[in-house]
Amino acid sequence: MGKTTRQFPNLRRTYALATARVRHGGNEKSLPQLEKALTGITGFDQITKGGLPKGRPTIVCGGPGCGKTMFAMEFLVRGATQYNEPGVLMTFEETGDEMTKNVASLGFDLKALAARKKLVMDYVRIESAEIQETGAYDLEGLFVRLQYAVDSIGAKRIVLDTLEAVFSGFANTGVLRAEIRRLFRWLKDRGLTTVVTAERGDGNLTRYGLEEYVSDCVVFLDHRVNEQVSTRRMRIIKYRGTSHGADEYPFLIDDRGFSVLPSSSMRLNHNVSSQRISSGVPDLDAMLESKGFYKGTSILVSGTAGSGKSSLGASFVAQACSEGRKALYVAFEESPKQAVRNMRSIGIDLEKPIKTGLLRFEAWRPTQSGLEMHLLRIHKLIEEFKPSVVVIDPVSNLMIGNVHEVNSMLMRLIDFLKTRQITAMFTSLTQGSQRDFEQTEVGISSLIDTWILVRDLELNGERNRGIYVLKSRGMAHSNQVREFVISNRGIRLLPVYVGAGVVLTGSARLNQEAREKAENFNRRQAAEEKVRLRDRHRRAVEAQIAALRLELSDDEAESRRLASEELLREQRLTQDRMEMSSLRGGKSKSAGRASGLGKS
Amino acid sequence: MKRKAAPKPKVKNAASKKATVKNGHTELVELRLYVAGQTPKSLAALANLKKICNEHLTGRYKLHVIDLVKTPQLAQGDQILAIPTLVRNLPVPIRKIIGDLSDLEKVLVGLNLRETGIVN
Repeated sequence: MGKTTRQFPNLRRTYALATARVRHGGNEKSLPQLEKALTGITGFDQITKGGLPKGRPTIVCGGPGCGKTMFAMEFLVRGATQYNEPGVLMTFEETGDEMTKNVASLGFDLKALAARKKLVMDYVRIESAEIQETGAYDLEGLFVRLQYAVDSIGAKRIVLDTLEAVFSGFANTGVLRAEIRRLFRWLKDRGLTTVVTAERGDGNLTRYGLEEYVSDCVVFLDHRVNEQVSTRRMRIIKYRGTSHGADEYPFLIDDRGFSVLPSSSMRLNHNVSSQRISSGVPDLDAMLESKGFYKGTSILVSGTAGSGKSSLGASFVAQACSEGRKALYVAFEESPKQAVRNMRSIGIDLEKPIKTGLLRFEAWRPTQSGLEMHLLRIHKLIEEFKPSVVVIDPVSNLMIGNVHEVNSMLMRLIDFLKTRQITAMFTSLTQGSQRDFEQTEVGISSLIDTWILVRDLELNGERNRGIYVLKSRGMAHSNQVREFVISNRGIRLLPVYVGAGVVLTGSARLNQEAREKAENFNRRQAAEEKVRLRDRHRRAVEAQIAALRLELSDDEAESRRLASEELLREQRLTQDRMEMSSLRGGKSKSAGRASGLGKS
Repeated sequence: MKRKAAPKPKVKNAASKKATVKNGHTELVELRLYVAGQTPKSLAALANLKKICNEHLTGRYKLHVIDLVKTPQLAQGDQILAIPTLVRNLPVPIRKIIGDLSDLEKVLVGLNLRETGIVN
């Protein structure tokens, strides 16, 4: 009990140390792990986490023409040139001269390496017709030659190219097997990292069952033809004492040698960036929170033929280049010159960035090779050019072969781009009816961050483009369908007519808009007319009121005049009466009454 | 361990001439025996070879014994893999016989000496 508690902190410490070591690439105090020798073959060292087992033999097997010898040669040449590990090449089938010529196509100069004492070639010719066996023998001669070659340059690496050829030269397989077992022991004892190539046999990995002698590492190369397109694949069947990628990995042999496409880590732990990158179409940016895409994300633009996918791609790269970023455009449909011309017609200049080296325009035929080869080429281009923006136009042309394979390959590519923080735009041609638009790319859509759909809206004998953002992770994107208009001044997105319960585009939209305008005008005119009428009426009434008022005041004046006239007349009457009574004098009574009246 | 058997043919020159005339062989047979150290197989091969030479090639053979432990660079020239290997350089075509040469019949066929036996 006490012991365990005492041990516990130690364990934790060891664990911490171990993890720290892993982080620092495993240095001094780590557990005695299997030492590995880097092959220098692109991608292979990643799959094997460091190369082939150091100081041990490895079998590379496969059918004819699968690239066994190329693999072995690259291992040897890279060892000699990059890792300062001179090598011995022992061939059983090809002479040194033939081999020199064969690998010259990969850019390997064996003669120069031999002159610099980095490489020794020894061709072992086995001619069974010349050989007569009598009694007991062994293959000590092979050992002597190997030892001599190793000693002459201090070799660390050995390639035995098709060791199994010895089986054709000697009849006594019992002796051969014992000798081969001894040979592998011998190589191990001397700590020589060895690659032995072997032809694939029926039901066996190798024709003579060599794999039973080599238990450390077995690499299987395959070359198969699928729908007339050949693909090369490799698999690590066995790698004792270490973890390794167990999948089948496609590989390529081209003018720069052997390269393996590792299925990148599927752990989904890419770095994320909140930096935004413009799509090159201001109106499209406006649909994406007015900022554009997130940097390092993958964008899928899908749509039917002629819906403007390539134009979007071109404006995306043109924008990136104008901001001084490097862009790679991989085209499967148009040649660079054609694309430059076509894009110029819509106001996008691709020629300038191509000249300044900011834009790399690569075009090749999709039928040229298998899917893996395309992806490997893209990988290599990206490794070489290090762009920050990649457009693949269209990715649907890569869909050769079975859907499952295609999806897994594209996922690898997307994953690779994401880990490198490369913003990638894939265009995809969709076929079929409009209804299954959103289902066709389900396979890759899960890895796509922003999915833009360009679709045709066919109405009233006219075909127009509608664009909408199907999804865009991490942003409040617009849900609108916009009309996508390509003119000689570039791409513009117009809001489509969505009034009165219908969505209209193109001339129908214009028509509708004009009709609406006219209706508006009429309505406005009618309203104005009404106002005018009211106004006139009001003014009429007002005039009437004014007239009446005038009449009223006339009446008042008249009545006032009448009243004053009456008064005047009465005064005058009274006066007259007084004057008359005074004149008469006799009629004093009445006059007195009258005067009394007049006085009162 | 390079051992030249050159003196021997000189001694038995007269006898060999008779033999060659009898067998229709006149040309010189040049032999090289490749060994690697004093292993039992090597020693057995050497002993067997000497016996055969003395019986069938008296006076018209040259024998070099090459020890690859001492001169490994010589292994490449004659394309030696198996040890011991007996190489007949002359007369052409080159023939190789591997093993400890214990099977007399095969050695004779291999060295192209057997036809005399058939004739007899």
